[in-house]
Amino acid sequence: MAPIISVKSLDKFYDSGFQALKNLSLEIEEGEVFALLGPNGAGKTTLISTLCSLAKPTSGEIRIGGFDIQDDYREARRLVGLVPQEIPTAPFEKVYDTVSLSRGLFGLPKNPDLIETILRELSLWDKKDNAMMALSGGMKRRVLVAKALAHEPRVLFLDEPTAGVDVELRRDMWRIVGSLRDRGVTIILTTHYIGEAEEMADRVGVINNGQIILVEEKKALMAKLGRKKLVVELSEPLEALPDALKHYDLLLADEGQQIIYYYDQAKDSDIPNLLRDVSAAGIQFRDLNTSQSSLEDIFVDLVKAEA
Amino acid sequence: MNLRAIQAIYLSEMARTGRTIMQSVVSPVISTVLYFVVFGAAIGSRISEINGVSYGAFIVPGLIMMSLMTQSLSNAAYGIYFPRFTGTIYELLSAPMSFFEFTIAFVGAAATKAILIGVIIFITASFFVDLQIQHPFWMIAFFVLTAVSFSLFGFIIGIWAENFEQLQFVPLLIVTPLSFLGGSFYSISMLPELWQKVTYLNPVVYLISGFRWSFYGQADVGVAISLGMTLLFLFVSLGIIHWIFRTGYKLKA
Ligand SMILES: Nc1ncnc2c1ncn2[C@@H]1O[C@H](COP(=O)(O)OP(=O)(O)O)[C@@H](O)[C@H]1O
Ligand SMILES: [Mg+2]
Repeated sequence: MAPIISVKSLDKFYDSGFQALKNLSLEIEEGEVFALLGPNGAGKTTLISTLCSLAKPTSGEIRIGGFDIQDDYREARRLVGLVPQEIPTAPFEKVYDTVSLSRGLFGLPKNPDLIETILRELSLWDKKDNAMMALSGGMKRRVLVAKALAHEPRVLFLDEPTAGVDVELRRDMWRIVGSLRDRGVTIILTTHYIGEAEEMADRVGVINNGQIILVEEKKALMAKLGRKKLVVELSEPLEALPDALKHYDLLLADEGQQIIYYYDQAKDSDIPNLLRDVSAAGIQFRDLNTSQSSLEDIFVDLVKAEA
Repeated sequence: MNLRAIQAIYLSEMARTGRTIMQSVVSPVISTVLYFVVFGAAIGSRISEINGVSYGAFIVPGLIMMSLMTQSLSNAAYGIYFPRFTGTIYELLSAPMSFFEFTIAFVGAAATKAILIGVIIFITASFFVDLQIQHPFWMIAFFVLTAVSFSLFGFIIGIWAENFEQLQFVPLLIVTPLSFLGGSFYSISMLPELWQKVTYLNPVVYLISGFRWSFYGQADVGVAISLGMTLLFLFVSLGIIHWIFRTGYKLKA
């Protein structure tokens, strides 16, 4: 199947001369949830803005649903909904009116039932006659989500949808992402909360300095890069590691209370030998635990390796 | 054509006007009445007639034109500046609309509002003086063309402006003086010869002259020239807007 979004060799220079995207290529499959991870200033918002016609690409080719976003901008834009990172709102407009306006802008006939469903789903129905300026920040963000959903997009961009929002909105947001995914809507989101990407995304892309440095199925990524960590809790704190343990790549942590050992779960680990040598060195331990490294660890490692 | 988008923006812009109906309508009516009191009564008692038209009636086309121009300009400028200022323009830029549709919607709403105010001033004036319209078709044509041209011009200013001061700069410091000096309150032929020549450099002269001709059949410049200048202004503005959308000037990073 042809990808719903295809970006080829995209370069983006801002007027200041700064290059925010560097020869970036990316394909998004229809129906997937794609999480774009990257540190601040990596180019996430620039990429989304370029795909949504808010910023001009300097060179490269972008297709959405097979349509070139410049030559066939109407067909391409019709497919796309955007919830921007900032929350710009027209202060005097009423919630219901601004959500209906979005539908009109995308050339769709009025559909009060749909608007009502969307507003109810986002807990906005009782606020429908309020002016935007009378809403809290979280409520405004809900309205922006409602605006994007009002024109029934096949592709939805969520730029940091959960940055600085309350727990309730975050939960609602993930519920909505889940139900959209069930309906076959493609979702591209950026987030700082890697745990959420880990939970929601089918695929993960990591962007840094305007370049995609990795795109991988989330599961494959975790398996491939996932290291495990063994923590040995000691009965007595150690000043330093004895020479007998030097050939293991160990860390002494928590003021000498813990020995930490990283190992690759794909290979046979050295744990039995390690534990024997620890005992042989006369070190008493009272507990052991192992944990899988998270996307966050993977991500930090990747970005560090780049820098 | 994305007609629904045009309609959606147009109605939303008109609703914005509706929210400020008092200041939109009351203030032009009050200022018109004041102009009548000051110019019509005070000066009119000294200049009784210009070419057979009473002074009070003579200034009506100029007064209407002046409001029409400033209203079109500031409505359109504000209409597009505001979404830039708040950031809500993101949605307009990402919508499946052409530059032409975008312009029709904003300019149409701005021109509609200006025309409504022009009509209100016309009605207000008709209580004070005896108005006659010799060429109704041309009157409406000049009326609408001026509203559209200045709305287009205002649209450009709204895209160009970086702050509220710049937004008000052109209407306040350029258009108001030009319309005062453009024969709103006197006939160009009443000026010394040198000033007449200078005055013909003022584009507003042609609009007011053409409009007044449609009322009383008398003009400072030929009607064809007036019409030509109005159309020229309109097409130049359209050309600039086309360029803005093609290059994304001030709209797209
Ligand atoms: N309008 C602009 N002009 C110049 N540089 C910009 C502009 N917008 C963003 N940048 C720069 O481009 C880089 C990427 O920004 P952005 O896409 O917002 O990153 P992210 O969303 O990943 O945090 C940053 O270094 C930022 O300073
Ligand atoms: Mg960003």
